[in-house]
Amino acid sequence: MPTANSKLLEVIEKREDQITGQWVEQQQTTGRKLTAAEREQANRQSREFVRALKSALQRNSGGDVSGPDWSGVREFLVDLSSRRAKDGYTPRETASFVFSLKLPLFSALKNEFGADPKAIADEVWLATLLIDELGLLTTEAFQKSREEVITRQQKELLELSTPVVRLWENILALPLIGTLDSARTQVVMQNLLEAIVQTRSDYAIIDITGVPVVDTLVAQHLLKTVAAARLMGADCLISGIRPQIAQTIIHLGVDLSDVTTKATLADAFELALRRSGHKVVGQEAASTNAAAR
Amino acid sequence: MERIPILKMGEFLLVTIQVDMHDRLALTLQDDLTAQIVKFRAHGVLIDISALEIVDSFIGRMLASIASMAHLLDAETVVVGMQPAVAITLVELGLPMKGIRTALDVEKGMIALRGAILAAEQDGDASGIR
Repeated sequence: MPTANSKLLEVIEKREDQITGQWVEQQQTTGRKLTAAEREQANRQSREFVRALKSALQRNSGGDVSGPDWSGVREFLVDLSSRRAKDGYTPRETASFVFSLKLPLFSALKNEFGADPKAIADEVWLATLLIDELGLLTTEAFQKSREEVITRQQKELLELSTPVVRLWENILALPLIGTLDSARTQVVMQNLLEAIVQTRSDYAIIDITGVPVVDTLVAQHLLKTVAAARLMGADCLISGIRPQIAQTIIHLGVDLSDVTTKATLADAFELALRRSGHKVVGQEAASTNAAAR
Repeated sequence: MERIPILKMGEFLLVTIQVDMHDRLALTLQDDLTAQIVKFRAHGVLIDISALEIVDSFIGRMLASIASMAHLLDAETVVVGMQPAVAITLVELGLPMKGIRTALDVEKGMIALRGAILAAEQDGDASGIR
């Protein structure tokens, strides 16, 4: 790797301004259209990078790019690509930041060793290895920060999709939307139990209208949630069972006989109201009753 | 020797477990509780476990056996104040504690007990008539 390239450092030191200038130009032609502010930023980043590269080459004690001498360059590139990943650059645009350094660097080497083809070939080979390695590093870091964004979004989605709604004084509803896996069951259970404690509710209605498929695993998760709520002293009703799901549950041999199930949320709500001693009466009937009294 | 206090509240007995249970303590509690039920002719037992951060299979089984013993002496048992984390752990362990009445706190536990005693009395009356 860049072990024998003491010449590279010399060349960079001698022609730093030229290389940087050419590099910035190169970035603007290969990369995407930049605004004035972005161009200014790219300028600054390029200068910083050349400086970091120089100090790494100075300190270079024979290790490769993953060694301690290169930590400054690595940190700079990781920071740059994670920022670009968040700003919506494509991987190509991010990687071209490093790869576009090749042209100015090679032309500087050509000017330096124009008369010696062997030296030129050696130096170019070493420089290529170095820049390829740095380019790969940039792409890896880019990928990693994109994955972090995805993980964060997944987590947010998980929290978004499990709301606990208060329907009445002591009745909670938990409309489930989307597939129910063990990770989500955990979140659902936690949210539900905390809401039961907070609102001191006696009844919880789990509505599965939005759950596309109920297999044995999902049914087991549901039963677990019901059992946990029961341990907290709350009665659980399951509602929103579609005809197909009723058929699947029976075909699979899942035993839901311990749990009260209703076809719609309205039915479950009515049952919960009745069990807690309330009654829903139409306005007319109520006023007739009042008049009769 | 360490003992778990049993408080009399009207017709109910209130047991608040605030220390880690071990075999000896559980046996003492069973002795004391059955003796008190008979002594005060109590019809309801409230076991408050809101201070317990960890409930394992041993405590689960102990609660179940206390409930069955109390039932033999004509008293209903309600376990109250279980922490959400404890409930999740018990369910994940596969110990849903079927057959034990539960309530959110002591107040709700009392209401549940009154309901349960009323139902038991009606049952008894009905079978007496027959």
